[in-house]
Amino acid sequence: MRNALAAFMLLLTPAIAAGAGGEAHLDKVDINVSDTASLQRGAKIFVNFCLSCHSASYMRYQRLADDLDIDEEIVKQDMMFAGDKIGDLMIATMPTADAKEWFGVAPPDLSLVARSRGPDYLYTYLRSFYLDDTTPSGWNNLVFPNVAMPHALYEWQGNQKPVFIVDEHGNKKFERFELVKTAQLTPEEYDTAMRDLTNFLVYLAEPAKLVRYEIGFWVMIFLLVMIALTYALKKEYWRDVH
Amino acid sequence: MSSFMEWVDARFPATKVWQEHMAQYYAPKNFNFWYYFGALSLIVLVVQIATGIFLTMHYKPDSQLAFASVEYIMRDVPWGWFIRYMHSTGASMFFVVVYLHMFRALLYGSFKAPRELVWIIGMIIFVALMAEAFMGYLLPWGNMSYWGAQVIISLFGAIPVIGDGLSEWIRGDFVVSDATLNRFFAFHVILMPLLLALLVYLHIVALHKVGSNNPDGIEIKKNKDADGKPLDGIPFHPYYSVKDIFGLMVFLLIYFGIVFFVPEFGGWFLEKDNFTPADILRTPPHIVPLWYFTPFYSILRAVTWEWLPGGAKLWGVMAMGASIVLLFLLPWLDRARVKSIRYRGWIFKTAVGVFVVAFIFLGYLGTKNPTHVDLFLMENVYWAQSFMILYFLFFLLMPWYTSIDPTKPEPERVNFK
Repeated sequence: MRNALAAFMLLLTPAIAAGAGGEAHLDKVDINVSDTASLQRGAKIFVNFCLSCHSASYMRYQRLADDLDIDEEIVKQDMMFAGDKIGDLMIATMPTADAKEWFGVAPPDLSLVARSRGPDYLYTYLRSFYLDDTTPSGWNNLVFPNVAMPHALYEWQGNQKPVFIVDEHGNKKFERFELVKTAQLTPEEYDTAMRDLTNFLVYLAEPAKLVRYEIGFWVMIFLLVMIALTYALKKEYWRDVH
Repeated sequence: MSSFMEWVDARFPATKVWQEHMAQYYAPKNFNFWYYFGALSLIVLVVQIATGIFLTMHYKPDSQLAFASVEYIMRDVPWGWFIRYMHSTGASMFFVVVYLHMFRALLYGSFKAPRELVWIIGMIIFVALMAEAFMGYLLPWGNMSYWGAQVIISLFGAIPVIGDGLSEWIRGDFVVSDATLNRFFAFHVILMPLLLALLVYLHIVALHKVGSNNPDGIEIKKNKDADGKPLDGIPFHPYYSVKDIFGLMVFLLIYFGIVFFVPEFGGWFLEKDNFTPADILRTPPHIVPLWYFTPFYSILRAVTWEWLPGGAKLWGVMAMGASIVLLFLLPWLDRARVKSIRYRGWIFKTAVGVFVVAFIFLGYLGTKNPTHVDLFLMENVYWAQSFMILYFLFFLLMPWYTSIDPTKPEPERVNFK
């Protein structure tokens, strides 16, 4: 009996561990990497706000300039840190050791974050920061509870507070955010900006996305023609098989 | 040209080999859809080797560099993303075609006498392919690569007495580390491909000795014309070489459709957790192998009965091993007098149906948390246990139900419309 109970408890542990993650509702985001203007706006936000702390250490400035139709001179002047060369990787200025001391954790590399987290997660995360006195930074996030990162874009979004409702089972459920301090952007403008940033992060995670659909289209056409031709060839060869 | 071939043939049996294995190798004329997958498996093997060679030119088998080198291939190597997606998609498609190829053997009794060795060699290829895929999956050094390898290698620890020493010996360290990555790289790019090439050669030699089976499961060599050629046979070349090229084009449409449009295949071919580098301090919330291992992984996890002597883990590992060993024994478990499912009775047909359902659901449950309820009524682990029992009953009861199954008489000649 005791063994059976122990086995049962053992079975239960993964459920507890999985439950602790908490799956918040994610807002859908409309991703379109062929919208170059959106990618350019997203890139601008990324280098101005994210890149000071987060690296994109698999990405080169040169690639950014080429893929997003941004003039190399503009990239050099406005998007790169002093001393970087156009062929360099996009490395944050903040030293990892300092970051660990300040935030308790080194800010993760963002090159692939859109592939490991998914665009909906990022879009919701970027819009779900709220004020919380209980955390060291004074900020918390609904989709990433107790995140070490403070809200880098609070001036754009303003400060918001979550409104919870209590359902019939006594569970606290998130309902909506309430703006407690006005911002530089309207909520609609902020959502659009975050959509641009997410769009850019999706591109950043896989620059080949810009070309693979188009090449794929022609490969499909070619193969459909080949299917028709080889089918006719097979028919012709097999005519004498009875 | 002909004098050149004469010169060669006097020194090397080029024409003889070509005649024996292509132009005068007589294959039954009634091959259907299921007979494309042998040739396709061979082609996917070639694709994997070809793309693999190019990947090794830029990949770094070093725990500090591996993850970044894969991203280097994806971004900075011209067409690197294309080669990498071909290889990652190819791995999954390899199992798709191999599973369908094996299922064909089950449908038409291709493992039965005189083709037992064809089947046994094929099963060794399957096991070698699993080892090849498992070791290749560690190489990108993503977090799921890392933890997947950690879990699977630790299974050897369940073996009494030598277990812990054995898993340490496999890893070359106390945990999966740089030493593990280096040796897996060596096995993945040299040992296993050589073994696979040799085994595929033996598979074909054994097949061409006994001749191909067919959907009617009767021997075409029984009915020969005056020249000794099978009446229901046609030369492999040009008939089947031309037919297989058509099949290849259809396969490539699907394959490149995935490569170009959905290379992650919704997380089934490339997992989300593998886009973060291996991290010994951060275990993914639930560790699952790639889809082609999940039926067997499900069986491993389904054994939760701790009261078994030696503990549940040991029995889980043994059950997983048994689920593969039983496949080797198919030629002797099946006692039916006919080969093809076309002439078998309702009992075998039902058994195959149950087996397919059990295998698919085991695969599905292998990707899920055992304590969740993803089907209905009960937790996943109990469903997995139920399907595991059905899986084993399919094999263990086979000698009995195939001998009492009401079979129909086989035709004299193959059916060909």
